[in-house]
Formats: sequence, structure tokens, C-alpha cells
Amino acid sequence: MPKLLHWIYYSLLTIIAFLMLAPLIVMFSTSVKSDEFLILKDLGSIAAFWPGIPSSENYQQILADPNMPFLRFLLNTLIVVVSIVFLGIGVNSLAAYALSRLRFRGKKIIIAMVIALIIIPIESLVIPLLLLVNRLGWVDSYHVQIIPFIAHPFSIFLFYQFFNKIPKTLDEAARMDGASFFQIYWNIILPMSLPAIVTVAILQGLEFWNSFLWPLMVTRGVEYRPLSVALAQFFGRDLKVWGDIMAFTTLSSLPLLIVYFVFQRGFIQSAIGSSIKG
Amino acid sequence: MSSLKPAAFRRIESHTAWRMLAPAILLLIIFIIVPFLLAFILSFTNERLIPRPIPTKWIGFRNYIRILTDPEFWQALKNTFWFTMFVVPTQSALGLGLALLINQPFKGRHIFRSIYFLPTVVPMVMVAIIWAGLLQAPEGVINGILHLLTFEQLGPYDWLHHELLAMPTIMLMSIWQGVGFQMIIYLAGLQNIPKELYEAARMDGANAWQRFWFITLPSLRNTHIIVLITTTILSFKLFTQVEVLTKGGPLGATNTLVRYIYVAGFQYQKIGFAAAASVIFFLLVLVIALCQHRLIQTDKEY
Repeated sequence: MPKLLHWIYYSLLTIIAFLMLAPLIVMFSTSVKSDEFLILKDLGSIAAFWPGIPSSENYQQILADPNMPFLRFLLNTLIVVVSIVFLGIGVNSLAAYALSRLRFRGKKIIIAMVIALIIIPIESLVIPLLLLVNRLGWVDSYHVQIIPFIAHPFSIFLFYQFFNKIPKTLDEAARMDGASFFQIYWNIILPMSLPAIVTVAILQGLEFWNSFLWPLMVTRGVEYRPLSVALAQFFGRDLKVWGDIMAFTTLSSLPLLIVYFVFQRGFIQSAIGSSIKG
Repeated sequence: MSSLKPAAFRRIESHTAWRMLAPAILLLIIFIIVPFLLAFILSFTNERLIPRPIPTKWIGFRNYIRILTDPEFWQALKNTFWFTMFVVPTQSALGLGLALLINQPFKGRHIFRSIYFLPTVVPMVMVAIIWAGLLQAPEGVINGILHLLTFEQLGPYDWLHHELLAMPTIMLMSIWQGVGFQMIIYLAGLQNIPKELYEAARMDGANAWQRFWFITLPSLRNTHIIVLITTTILSFKLFTQVEVLTKGGPLGATNTLVRYIYVAGFQYQKIGFAAAASVIFFLLVLVIALCQHRLIQTDKEY
């Protein structure tokens, strides 16, 4: 009996796994079919899951299309996300260090303010922000996609919580040896905070890799447009060439999927970390 | 450092603190606090995105009145509301179910966990496009499978262009993409329940169902609150999948609050009007967040 139970159990897990993977399998299988008529025929049946004899034709087409420079869009996304993550880690952890370790007047108010700001959704700020960047002449650039999102209340909060757990005796010992506050932050606190840094990097990275509404409003042409907006635009054309669309989608998902498989533990940790929000 | 007088040391400490805080605070003020206040101010004006020859005027509550009497706004609110009301409980229940499955001691659980979490890592635009392929009408995989399962009785349906089916289809897709997130949170919650509780219950002769009902569910109280609130707020922000797949159609059947703000502010460039809609949106999110704090507060007493 336990053996039968075991069998049922694994079948259930496998069926669910198939449901979770099925759309991604169809995406990949369609992307390696070169015959658009066959794709349309296959999409209506189980054959959609089967790649047949894989061909790289769609991929070659995508990478060679001058109107849809995939690599350029990827580069744009990378520049924006990497800048936000790196500058964000610096700015937010430095602020969190001051809040966690240094004594000064008004500290409690700043902490309360940071926590209160977590609640404000970006979606309720995009309209005034749009007006602001329009008047500043920032539209269609990298910095319009980066600068507004470096300071991140939730990241400050996560760092603050993490730093609070590091024993203060470490700081005091360093201070006896004549270390400055910045040296303590840089040489002691940051190196001990790798888990917090990874969590923040993944959370902020995913958030802005995904970002769609803001770049949709502030990028006009190919030059600064990120992958998400470019892909939506490519898909939005009236004639749907599914082979090309799915090849483009596969290429766009790939970088993040690779990062996920390499840093799986970090992703799962940061999902847990994000849930204490609010 | 120890040679400095306490007062002088305090001053250095406080100066250093403000210097370290300066970049973050400056950015937060310019890009969150100012836009936030600006949203309130603009909502009482007829400001446009592109400056006009006629100066901007104060128009009092006219934007709010116009929004609250706009059937499109109510439709968007209703759609967002129903999306949230359906997706949040369904996704949470499925997430808990998956977490319970994965939490059993068996070989290969980490592989299954990774697979179930995978869709949350695929950006929403890509998810929407992949699903558009699956949902093709009449010749899409989902229609094909439905045809097969119902012995050719049902379908094909044009899922995304059908007034009654479009929203449920977007719900289904969103659940598929997001359920791994809830699973992970529940999994962390499950692993925090002390094993002794289960052993004691087993000694008292409690069966599996009783153990779930009287130990697992109550112990997850905090996790339930966290999952419910984060998912609710996420659902409230529904925009990307709708903009990519249906543009709010057919006939506004999938329009949402965020899309309402986007269309008014960006497409029609009516900044004042869209700012008023943003304020309403913010107030709704605030109400949800306050409910969360209420729930957590009562939890502390309990």
C-alpha cells in the first residue's frame, strides 16, 4: 500500500510539474520550427510540445533584424538593471548603516518615514513622475529609467533589519582600534551582510527587469528601450509570426532563467525576504 | 577616537550619519515624496503633459467628480476587484497545497520545488506572450486540449476576445505565473512549525486531517496574513498582462485601475485627471495596508 501511495504521490507531482513547464515547452518548441504553416497547425494540438527537427532559422532571423535589435534591447535592460542594483546596494545599505549604528537626532523619524514609504506603490507615482521627467527633459534616456529607482525604501528596511542583528561589540572593538564609521561599514558590516545583499539585489533586480509601465511611458525609440517593452511591441504587430515571436521570447527569458538556475537558493531566500514587506 | 571629548565625538557621529543618509534621503524626497505630494496637488488642476499656451487652472474637485461619474472607472475598479477577489484566495490555496506536497520527505523534492517556482522568474510580458500562443483561436493548444478532453463537445473559444472569458483567462494565467511565490512563503512557514506539536498530536491519536486542521492551519496564521496582503496588493496593480494581451478589451472587460491611470495620463496626456485617479488608487492600497497592520496587531495580542 505505501508503495501505491508513493506512486500516486509522484504522479501528482509530475503532472503539476508538467503544467508548470508546459507553456515554456511550447515556447521553446515553437521557436525552433522554421515552417510557419506547420507552427500554426501544431499549435492546435499536442504537437505543439514537440520541437521536431530543431532549426535555428528563427533565431538567426531575430538576431539579424535591424528593426528589432535584440542585443541592443538586452544591453539596455542590462545597463538599467545593473546600475539600479549596484547603486541601490551602495545608497541603501549606507543609509541603513547610519540608521542602525549611529546616534543622531531625528533617527526615529527617518526610520518611520522609510517604513511609511514602503506602502506607496510606484503605480500611484508614475503620473507626477512622468510630468517631472518631461519638464526635466529626461525622457528617452538611461538615467530616466535608473535614477528615480536607486533609493528603495524596502531595501533600506531589509538592510536595517539585517544590520541590527550584527553584534555591536564588533563595531566597538574596531572603533577602539581607531577605525572611522565608514571603515566599519565598509570593512566589517558589508562583508558580513552578503545574504542581505543577495536578497536585495535579486528583489530589486527582478522588479526592474520586469518593469514595463515606466519604460513604456519614458522610452520612445530603439536606443533606450528595454527588452520588456520591445517584446510587447514586437508582439503587438498585426501579423503574428509565431516562430519569430517565440524565438524572441525564448531569447528574452533566457538570461534570467540562467541566473535563476545558478543562484536558485538566493532567489528562494529573497522571495521569503520580500514577504515581510508591509 | 577615544581621546575626543564625548560632545565632540557625538557631533562627528551625527554629521557622519547625515552624510551617509544624504544620498538616500535626497533621492527619496525627489522621486517619492515630491511626486506623491505633487499627485495630490495636480489632482485639483487641469494640468497637461505638454505645456499649453493657456495656463493651468485650479479646478477644485472636478477631476474627482468626473472620475467617480465615469462608468469606465467603475468598470476598471470592478474588474480589478474581481480579479483580486478570485486570484488571491485561489492562488493562496494552491500555494499552500503545493507547499504541503513539497514539504514531505521524499527524494527529488528540491527539483520539484525549483520547477514550481520557475514561472515566477519569467517576466510578465514574456508570460503573456507565451500564453497568447497557447490561447490562439481557433487553433491553439488550449483549445486543442479542451477539444480532446471534452470529446469535441466544447470549443474552440476565442479566449482573449470574448467578453466573459477574457478576464477569467487572464486570472488563470496570472495564477500560473505567481503560485510558486506563495508556495515558497508557505513552505518557509511550514518549516517553522515545531515538530513536537505533530508528535504530541499523533500520540493523542489525531489523524492526518485533524493534524492539518488543528495544528498546521492555525500555526500558519502569520503566513496567511503575509501571503494574503502581498498578493492582494500585487493583484491590485494588475496592468502588464492586460496591456500586452487585450489592451483592456473587449469592451473594457479587462480594463484595470492602473491601466485607467495610464491611458488618462499617458495616452490622453491629462495629467491632472490621471493624478486624481492615482490618488484614488493610492487610497485604496492604503486601506488594504492598514487592514494588514490591524490584522497583525490583533495577532500580537493573541
